[in-house]
Amino acid sequence: MPEMNIVQAVNSALDIMLEKDPDVIFFGEDAGYFGGVFRTSDGLQEKHGTHRVFDTPLSEGGIAAIAFGMGINGLRPVAEIQFADYIFPAYDQIVNEIAKVRHRSGGEFWCPLTIRTPAGGGIRGGHHHSQSPESQFTHTSGINVVYTSTPYNSKGLLISAIESNDPVVVFEPKRCYRGPFYGDPHNVPTWKDHSEAEVPEAHYTVPLGEARLAMEGTDCTVISWGAMVHVSEQAIKDSGVSCDLIDLQTLVPWDKDAIVKSIEKTGRCVIVHEAPKTSGFGAEMAASVQERCFYHLEAPIERVTGWDTPFPHTTEWDYMPSPARIADAIKKTMEE
Amino acid sequence: MAAKKKKQVTLHVPSAPFRPGDKASFAPFENEPGDLSRPDPANCTASETTDHAYGLVRVLDFEGNASGPWNPDLTPDELREGLEHMVRMRIFDDRMMKMQRTGKLSFYMRSYGEEAVAIAQTMALETQDWIFPTYRQPGAQFVRGRDMVSMINHCIGNEEDNVKGRQMPVHYTYREGRFISVSSPVGTQFSQAVGVAMASQYKALDECCITWIGDGSSAEGDYHYALNFASVFKPPVILNIVNNQWAISTHANLASGNPTFAARGLAYNVPSMRVDGNDFLALYAVTKWARERAAAGEGATHIEVLTYRAGAHSSSDDPSRYRPGDEHEAWPGGDPVDRLVQHLVTIGEWSEEQQKELEERVDGEVMAAYKEAVTYGDLANGPYPSADTIFTEVYDEVPWHLQEQWDEMKKWSVD
Repeated sequence: MPEMNIVQAVNSALDIMLEKDPDVIFFGEDAGYFGGVFRTSDGLQEKHGTHRVFDTPLSEGGIAAIAFGMGINGLRPVAEIQFADYIFPAYDQIVNEIAKVRHRSGGEFWCPLTIRTPAGGGIRGGHHHSQSPESQFTHTSGINVVYTSTPYNSKGLLISAIESNDPVVVFEPKRCYRGPFYGDPHNVPTWKDHSEAEVPEAHYTVPLGEARLAMEGTDCTVISWGAMVHVSEQAIKDSGVSCDLIDLQTLVPWDKDAIVKSIEKTGRCVIVHEAPKTSGFGAEMAASVQERCFYHLEAPIERVTGWDTPFPHTTEWDYMPSPARIADAIKKTMEE
Repeated sequence: MAAKKKKQVTLHVPSAPFRPGDKASFAPFENEPGDLSRPDPANCTASETTDHAYGLVRVLDFEGNASGPWNPDLTPDELREGLEHMVRMRIFDDRMMKMQRTGKLSFYMRSYGEEAVAIAQTMALETQDWIFPTYRQPGAQFVRGRDMVSMINHCIGNEEDNVKGRQMPVHYTYREGRFISVSSPVGTQFSQAVGVAMASQYKALDECCITWIGDGSSAEGDYHYALNFASVFKPPVILNIVNNQWAISTHANLASGNPTFAARGLAYNVPSMRVDGNDFLALYAVTKWARERAAAGEGATHIEVLTYRAGAHSSSDDPSRYRPGDEHEAWPGGDPVDRLVQHLVTIGEWSEEQQKELEERVDGEVMAAYKEAVTYGDLANGPYPSADTIFTEVYDEVPWHLQEQWDEMKKWSVD
C-alpha cells in the first residue's frame, strides 16, 4: 500500500471524486492553477480541466455562497478556505444559509457541499493562521463537522464528506500535513513508517460519525481530535497510564457508542483540544460524558485545552497543550 | 421541468495572461503625461473623473522628464527624501529576507517594486492623518520617522517587540506615527478606515485617513462596504486599490471582470483616479489632490494604483511556479526607484555616484540597526517576550477565568 502524507491523501481523495462524479467540482483561493498554498490540489486542474478545478476571487463569503448555489442546483461542490482563520466572512452563508436550507425549505432544497480548510497551530502563524474554530461550527445544526488527524482518515473522511448529501465542514490539521506532531517543536518527523500513512490508492471511506481507537488501554479515556491526537499519544506514553485514546474524527455527529463503551471500561476521562477552553467542543464532551456515564466515573473529567486568549506567535508552545500538561491531567484522574 | 442544455457547456474561468514558459509582453500605457486634466479638488463630481478612472494619470515619462497638470512641482530636496525612503525600504527588505532564511524571523513580505506606493502617498499627507495599511505599506513608517531597530524588533519577535511577539512579522503597529495595526485577514481595514474618517468628520478635525487594499482582496465584501459607506457619508478617506497584478498565484483578472479597478468607484458616485503606481510624482500628486478634497469637505476619493508585485507574495511563496520568472521586467511601468533616480539625474539634481553613496550609507544604517536588534533576541535564539504576554491586554483588565489559566500556564511554561 502506498505511503502518503496528509497533503497527498487529500489530493488523492479529490482526484478520485473528480474522476468518479462529474458533478464534483473543486475551487478556492490559489487552489486551481497553483494547486493550493499547501499543494493539496497540485496537478488536479491540469488533469480535470479549469472548469472543474479553479481559482476564485479572494472572497470567502462569495466562495461559500456560490457553493451553496451550485449545491442546490445539483452539483456537489468542494470549496477550500485557505486558512480556517479566514472562514469568517463565509460564516453567515454557512450558519444561516447552508446549514438551514434543507430544513427551511421543507426538504425541497438541500446542499451537498464540502468545505475543507487547514486549521490549528504549531506553524508560527500567529493568531490569524493558527486558530481552531471547530466549536463555532459544532454549535450550528444542519452541518456535519469533521476534524482529521492522519493521512488515512483525511482521505477517507473527505470522500465521505463529498458523498454526503448534507453539508460538511472538514478541518485538516495543517501542522500534521507532512508529519505527525508529538508536541516537541524541535522534533519534526514525517509520516514515513507511520501505520496511518498507509493509504489505499483507490476509493474508500471512513464513515462520518465514527471515532477511531488510536490506542487501547484500561484505566483512562483520552478524547481528542486534530493534531492533539498525536500530542495525546505522546502524553499517554509519558504518563505510564494505560489509556484508550479516542480520535473523535467527526465532531458532529460524534460517536456516542465509542465514548460510552470506553468510559464504562476505564471510569476516567481527559479531553484534549487546542482551541480555547470556554465553549470549546470539550465542554460538550464533558457534559455528555457525565450525562451518560456519571455512575461509571471514578474521577472528575479533565480538560486540557488552549487558553482563552488569542493564539500567540513567538510563544505558541506556551499556548498549545503540551504532552506534560496532558500527562499531568491523566495522572490527576488516577489519584481519585 | 428540467432545462435544456445550451451549446456552451463550460464554466468560464479566466486565466492569467502569462504562465511559466510564456514570454511576458504587456501593451505600453495608453496615456502620456499631460493627457488628463487636474479637476478642481474642491468641486469635482464623480462623472468628471470618468477619463481618469479609465485612463492613467502620469507625470514622469520614460526619459526622466516630469510634465503635465499633475506635476506636483516637488523640490529637489523632497524628491531626494522620497528616493532615500524607497532605497531604505528596498535594502531593509533584502536584509529581513536574508534573516528569514536563517530562521531569525518566521516569515517575511517585501514591498519590492511597490516602494513608491506607501512612501509617495504618505509624503503627500499631513502628519495628523491616519494610515491604515496592509502588509505591503510598511514604508509609510519611514516617512513618519519610525526607528528601524524598533521595526526589526517586531519582525524578529524579540523582547523589545512593541506588540510583544503576538503578531507575525510585517504586522507593524506604530501609534505614534498614526499607523494603525496591520491585520492578516485581507481587506478588513478598508471599511474600518472609513470609520476612522467618520470619527474625524464627527469631531470636525482637519485630518483624513488613507487606506489600501489589494486587487485580490478588493473581491472581499469589505471593499464594497467601504465604497458604499464612503459614498453615503462622504468622510475624509482616501481609498486605494493597489493593483499589483497578483494575489499570491491568482491574477487580477480573477478579482474583477472589469480591467480597471478605478472605474468601480464611479458606480458608487465617488471620484476615482487610476494612477501609475511606479511614478512617484503622479502618486504624490493624486494623493495630494485627494487630501485637498478631504480638507474641502468633499469626501472620499477612490484611487487605483497600477503597479506590479516584482517579488514573491511572501517568503512562503515561489512565483516561478505560476508566472514567468522574468515577468516583472516586462512591466511597462518599469521600476519606481530607477524612474525617480532617472528623473533626478535628468533635472541635474542627482548622479550615479550619489546614488551609490546613498545605497552604501543606507545599507550601513540597516546593518547597524539589524546588529542592535539581534542583541535583544530573535525568533531562532530568543529571548522572546515573556509567556505572560499571552494573557495581558486580552481585555482592559484580566478577568478571573484568564487569571486562573494564567496561573496554570506558569506551571508549564517552556520559557
